[in-house]
Amino acid sequence: MSSYEARFRVWRGDIEGGGLKDFEVEVNDGEVVLDIIHRLQSTQAPDLAVRWNCKAGKCGSCSAEINGRPRLLCMTRMSVFDRAETITVTPLRAFPVIRDLVTDVGFNYSKAREIPAFVPPEGVGPGEYRMFQEDVDRSQEFRKCIECFLCQDTCHVVRDHEENKTAFAGPRFLMRVAELDMHPLDAAEESGLDRGRTAQDEHGLGYCNITKCCTEVCPEGIKITDNALIPLKERAVDRKYDPLVWLGSKIRRRSS
Amino acid sequence: MATGTEPSPTDHRPPSGVRGAGRAAIAAPHLRTDRWWLAPAATAAGLLAFVVYSTWRAFANAHYYAAPYVSPFFSPCLAENCESMRSGPNWDLFGSWWSLSPAVLILIFPLGFRLTCYYYRKAYYRGFWASPPACAVAEPHKKYTGETRFPLILQNIHRYFFYAAIVVAGILTYDTVLAFRDEHYAWGHMGLGTLVFLVNITLIWAYTISCHSCRHIVGGQLKHFSRHPVRYRAWRFVGKLNAHHMLLAWVSLMSVALADFYVYLVASGAFDDPRFF
Repeated sequence: MSSYEARFRVWRGDIEGGGLKDFEVEVNDGEVVLDIIHRLQSTQAPDLAVRWNCKAGKCGSCSAEINGRPRLLCMTRMSVFDRAETITVTPLRAFPVIRDLVTDVGFNYSKAREIPAFVPPEGVGPGEYRMFQEDVDRSQEFRKCIECFLCQDTCHVVRDHEENKTAFAGPRFLMRVAELDMHPLDAAEESGLDRGRTAQDEHGLGYCNITKCCTEVCPEGIKITDNALIPLKERAVDRKYDPLVWLGSKIRRRSS
Repeated sequence: MATGTEPSPTDHRPPSGVRGAGRAAIAAPHLRTDRWWLAPAATAAGLLAFVVYSTWRAFANAHYYAAPYVSPFFSPCLAENCESMRSGPNWDLFGSWWSLSPAVLILIFPLGFRLTCYYYRKAYYRGFWASPPACAVAEPHKKYTGETRFPLILQNIHRYFFYAAIVVAGILTYDTVLAFRDEHYAWGHMGLGTLVFLVNITLIWAYTISCHSCRHIVGGQLKHFSRHPVRYRAWRFVGKLNAHHMLLAWVSLMSVALADFYVYLVASGAFDDPRFF
């Protein structure tokens, strides 16, 4: 096993202020950035705050920015970096900082609460749900989300424009709307809730300019833009901007 | 904590975005160390090159027909001032009052299709408007409303340009069939130009069919695929193509320019079309 001394710059501070602090730290074969952050904690900076849990890319806790790119600390191998380069680790820059690498991601939870939940179909009890695989494939892709909020962090709509946080739910929660709108048993429409329309009117779908950063950073490889946001935009067009579809829906109620 | 990363005293703009109140105090608009600027720069250069070339060709209004080939920029030719093309795509809808290049009349449709295309939107928002220039690189704009207001709300009419693009692709297919003639209009012949047209029309169809609006129309709008097996298969097929939409957007853009350039070379006499049979 070989090891070397890597140069790290880690953001230290809190809401009052802070900055990048330089470290030199040992790196061994097979380690990920989170290992190095833990080594810093144990050897040089015992009060360094970092949020982590599973260390397997499944809990979505250790989101941060490494060399300016939103990534999971636990899924970023040290071997992807040149040994001579300085690796910069900062907290997510779209959310308020609490301390060091820990941010307040409460924005995401408030947005989650704004999305109306799954509406159970009438007359079908728990345990009686039956669905064809091809009908749930699309929604299941979105269920892979680990809620690391890297997509929310990288989305320039809120990252660069704090004022848009009120109107825009962000890619993760627009994907949630898409997941429910494509769910074969969701009875929202029957209950008077038009998810396609509310995506545009209440969750700010129109702010998305489909520049695909959410897809680029997703550690689960979910095709957020192509499979959720663009189909949702097309559904919103059906409801709001396509007179032919509007006319068709008036003439006959869709059986699909 | 004084670390040298606080905003510069010469920067008088109120801090916002990643430098806004509450966010980690980092003055740099981004900390990326890779060549993030390369992709938007290459995209902008590629699109600009096509715009310059197509504008020159459209307004030059010359050397667009060399029997049996007609430039895809001028097909169908909708004005009286078009060159006469035997059995070709002459369709004098606009009569003699149209004095500009007839290419302008038809290029509106493929231009609109590509301008409102979900891939090209990403490309030019990043490449020309820096919104954002790259992921996690701060954009320079103080305000952002996305596609919620005029004129960008018009991006929602993409599907109508898709319908028009189907018609245009159909006409270009007809032109490709006509390319199986020789310069004396005899059928059953093929030249290098025919091959160029075949490649071009294949790529044009692949790009058109791989469109996100097409994917929605053929099946994406359904809630239950199991009740519509034919549309489900169509949706899956378009989905496979759609995964390569960016690639198809670029190669079809290049092929249409190359097909036009080939016709220009033959029509201007700079090159003789080699005949295979």
